[in-house]
Amino acid sequence: MAGQYINLLASILLLLAFAMLSQRRIKSLINLFMIQGMTLVANTVVIASTTGQTHLYYSALLTLTLKVVILPWILYRMIRQLNVEWDVETLINIPSTMLVGIAIVIISFNLALPISHLAGTITRGTIGIAMACVLLSLLMMITRSKAISQVIGFLSMENGLFFAATSTTYGMPMVVELGVALDVLVGVLILGVFFFQIREKFESLDLKHLEKTEEE
Amino acid sequence: MSAFGLFTQILQLLLSLLLAPFFLGWLNQCRAWLQNRQGAGIEQPYRKLGKLFHKDAVIAESASPLFRMVPYVLFGAMCLAASIVPSLATDLSFSKAADAIALAGIFALARIAISLAAMDIGTAFGGMGARREMLVGFLAEPALLMVLFTASLISRSTSLTVIVETLAHRHFEIYPSMAFAGIAFLMVLLAENARLPVDNPASHLELTMIHEAMILEYSARHLALIEWASSIKLFAYVTIGIALFVPWGIAQAADWLGMAFALPILIAKLLVAGAGLALIETLVAKQRIFRAPEFMGTAFLFGVLGMLVHFLLGA
Amino acid sequence: MNGLPMDLIVSAALFWIALGLVGLVAQKKPSFVRNAIFPLGALAGAIVAVSAFFSSGVETAVSFLGLPDLPFHLRLDSLSAFFLFILGSATFGISLYATGYFRNEEKHIGTLCLEYHVFLAAMTFVLLADDAFLFMVSWEAMALSSYFLVTTDHKIPEIRRAGFIYLLMAHVGAISILLYFGSMGGDYGFDAMRKTHLSGMQATFAFLLAFFGFGAKAGMLPLHVWLPEAHPAAPSPVSALMSGVMLKTAVYGLLRVLFDLLHMQVWWWGVVILATGLSTALFGAVFSAVQSDMKRLLAYSSVENIGIIFVGIGLTVIFKAYAMNSLAALALVATLYHCLNHAFFKSLLFLCTGSVLHATGERNLGKLGGLIHKMPWVAWTALIGSLAIAGLPPLNGFVSEWLLLQAFLFTPGLPHSYLNMLIPVAAAALVLTGAAAGYVMVKFYGIIFLGQPREEKLREAKSSGKWERAGFLWLAAGCVLLGLVPFFVIDHLAGVSNFLVGASLENRDWLFLAPISSERASYSPLLFLIVTLSAIGLAFIAVRRFYHGRVRREIPWNCGYPVWNARMQDTSEGFGQPIRQIFDPFFKVGRELPSPFDSKPRYSAKTEDKFWYWIYIPFGRAAEYFAGLFGKIQQGRILVYLLYNFVTLIVLLLIVQ
Repeated sequence: MAGQYINLLASILLLLAFAMLSQRRIKSLINLFMIQGMTLVANTVVIASTTGQTHLYYSALLTLTLKVVILPWILYRMIRQLNVEWDVETLINIPSTMLVGIAIVIISFNLALPISHLAGTITRGTIGIAMACVLLSLLMMITRSKAISQVIGFLSMENGLFFAATSTTYGMPMVVELGVALDVLVGVLILGVFFFQIREKFESLDLKHLEKTEEE
Repeated sequence: MSAFGLFTQILQLLLSLLLAPFFLGWLNQCRAWLQNRQGAGIEQPYRKLGKLFHKDAVIAESASPLFRMVPYVLFGAMCLAASIVPSLATDLSFSKAADAIALAGIFALARIAISLAAMDIGTAFGGMGARREMLVGFLAEPALLMVLFTASLISRSTSLTVIVETLAHRHFEIYPSMAFAGIAFLMVLLAENARLPVDNPASHLELTMIHEAMILEYSARHLALIEWASSIKLFAYVTIGIALFVPWGIAQAADWLGMAFALPILIAKLLVAGAGLALIETLVAKQRIFRAPEFMGTAFLFGVLGMLVHFLLGA
Repeated sequence: MNGLPMDLIVSAALFWIALGLVGLVAQKKPSFVRNAIFPLGALAGAIVAVSAFFSSGVETAVSFLGLPDLPFHLRLDSLSAFFLFILGSATFGISLYATGYFRNEEKHIGTLCLEYHVFLAAMTFVLLADDAFLFMVSWEAMALSSYFLVTTDHKIPEIRRAGFIYLLMAHVGAISILLYFGSMGGDYGFDAMRKTHLSGMQATFAFLLAFFGFGAKAGMLPLHVWLPEAHPAAPSPVSALMSGVMLKTAVYGLLRVLFDLLHMQVWWWGVVILATGLSTALFGAVFSAVQSDMKRLLAYSSVENIGIIFVGIGLTVIFKAYAMNSLAALALVATLYHCLNHAFFKSLLFLCTGSVLHATGERNLGKLGGLIHKMPWVAWTALIGSLAIAGLPPLNGFVSEWLLLQAFLFTPGLPHSYLNMLIPVAAAALVLTGAAAGYVMVKFYGIIFLGQPREEKLREAKSSGKWERAGFLWLAAGCVLLGLVPFFVIDHLAGVSNFLVGASLENRDWLFLAPISSERASYSPLLFLIVTLSAIGLAFIAVRRFYHGRVRREIPWNCGYPVWNARMQDTSEGFGQPIRQIFDPFFKVGRELPSPFDSKPRYSAKTEDKFWYWIYIPFGRAAEYFAGLFGKIQQGRILVYLLYNFVTLIVLLLIVQ
């Protein structure tokens, strides 16, 4: 039964990754990121309760505070102050992006196949899905033109990695996890500062302005 | 073909015919409440049908016989659709005549029939409506099939009754692939029934309408039949949704007690579904027509993902 | 009965040739040629169909014709019998129609009659051939006779160009087939080929040659370019024959090679065929949606259908390669059924366009419209054809689509994991193609037959004659019957699938179509029709019984706009516009947009096939360049040519030594 829940949560994660691909609004992207965080929390709790690894509960709590509360809050503030709540133009149209996404799912699942045979933990398909989530977030970063969606892509990539870690090896050691969490938090804060600087300079967050900064 | 099967079949068909306007009325009423309006009442669709049937039909001079046949074809096709989707019981006599693929075929038949009728008069609106309807349908039909395929892969059958029996009556199991299918299905349901993000059922604004543009030239009994058929279509879609995603409570073969429970359960589910749809329609805004292909394409790809996830996770 | 079907079919083919010669001799009396010879040809078609349907087992014969010591071998087995059935039954309708159609072609009716009947006979011998020699001879006869048929109106430069492209592609394909036969080891007889076992590499090489050759004839991507050129150029009955029957000979050839002559299947061959088929199908569907010439639209639709057939073949090969014989049988039956269906509905639609063309002189969709009022026979039969090709139940197109989707759905897990995941994606693409076909057919039918006439002259359009009606009715009846009682054909196909993949479908109930078991999937077109019709009937009676039936005719409401005319309707370009926009990267679109200040604004959009620019034009340039290099040795002085001879002779002597 636990396996079924994890499968369900894994596919919800994949669903959210695709939902992010098909979203134009930054606000909805943040919401999706928040739901992704909740899914991760649920997943960690399910694994913790089935395997009896108590440290996973702390890890779940950490995820909850960081990824469901703090980071979305920072991001919300940021977009309100930067005034980029609305539509973002995608570079490729959405169905084509999703087609590429489907190809990515097929490839990453097949790549993960040998690893999942080795893993032998609760579920088989989850590594493939985690890998697909990471690659899909990368794809989202590639296809968006506003800098802030790159940050969200980066964060959801980390979510994919975290999911892979919890569902295959029952989580990383607590120290590592805390370190990663801190890194992510600090990263977002620094990027936020950058954004304000970028906007000061170019009056826009569109990445194409950054292309001009290369030396001539 | 058992007597019980025939009985449930006819009962279900008649019930669908009667309940379909009720569901539409409930949906509109919920929308009205959510938008802080009084609303016309749940029985409004019935009143409208009655009024239309009594009027004198006006037909354009340039209409061909096809134009007058289409409302009946539409109605007949929707009757068949409503009778093969298990909403009350799974023991249905006609269910073997058409499986999930044929169900999509029926909807395609209805769609093509109404589009042809729209082009028949030769007005600018008719052609525009037909083109847009076909555009939506061109992506919605595959999306619907993908949803049905995902369910068929789980139950290893394309027969709708077997699908429902598998999903409802075996021991409880979570099918992650159905999460994808569910999203895709919701999008298809909204698009195919001319609901909000794609089409606005309450508007006759020339530039945005799809379904209304096609039936502009119809009047009186023909219009009544089309309106009725559209409400049956919406009802059929909602019952497909119920059958695939919350099938519990649909009576099994030759089970009188189950039948007695099935009806109130169905009505309860319909009430919830109507309120949910009304909520969605209140929250979302009408999309530009050029976004419709993107919307439907996304639905289609979610359907494909559902099938893929079934293969990935083996469930 | 043994031996009789073969004799009948061969005599029918010879009779066709004789009819053609008589027609040539009697060309001074065109009405005799039309009213006597074409109906007799139709009769011969019926004989072929009936004897092919009732043939059983394998019959072989050695013909007295052929070269000395190199006789022609003939063989009638279940595969060729099925394709002969397609040939005969479609020809019956088309020849009946041609009787009426060629009344406007009386100038060259003699040659037309000869070419037409030689074409039929050549296709028959292609299907009967049991050695490479007869096969290639009749294949070439088929290509040449159809070339002359395509260029019937050879005074028009575009038609000559279309004919040239057709001839070129036919020969590129033929060379590849010839090379294939060469790669099969020494003997030219098919019997010897069945006995040779090729090693892996050789077999793959042979397969690729055959696939290329037959694919060129069938119109698979990227060798499809001749189809949209040749079909509009040819007279309509010929287009119908070429699209409905001739393309199927290529399918026959591929099946014969894959399952009989090579008698081995490798899974990735199946993937190659499947992928090519899918891209062909999608390409054809998308391109047919943006065409403005009705016959071109149908030609692209043929490309699409050939794609679907190739998908079926690919799936069959994959299943067979993994020894899943019953699934292979399911996919094969779906494929063959689609061949038969396509022969009926596509021929029907081509014939309908022929009648429209005769009545109005227009092929351009933008100048047609409203013909349902003037040509009800054509319009209603075309409606059946359009609905069938759109894959709608309860007509025949749906049956084969249904079977093919079942084959996809019951893939119980192939041993290859990538493959396993590609199958659902392929099914999705196939479904998308089917839906696009619906779009195309609404455009085709709606713009030609519905609405108001877009040109004044259409108001004088005359309906078709009785021979033409007979042709339509036969093909339309075929579409309906094949849709309603698929059991009888599927039962018949058991022989073919047993022969090719060693299994057959277990479908015992004539009312239901249930290829695996009725628990897993069942479809009953007859019940479907009865329930729908009774619902329609009851609704009609109830409406009439309880309410008055008053009807008033008025000018259309049209949202209250005071002015309306035929120019306000959607044009064909307008109807195809959404597809053009969605699939923009596939097309090479040339647009001409008016500026806001134009007093006479003009808008035009021309959609072209990118393959011309990707493959053919560069290839043509390269060929021209190399030809130019060779041209340099042409001096025009006899002494120089003698020098060439001299040098060649010396060099050869040196080599031989």
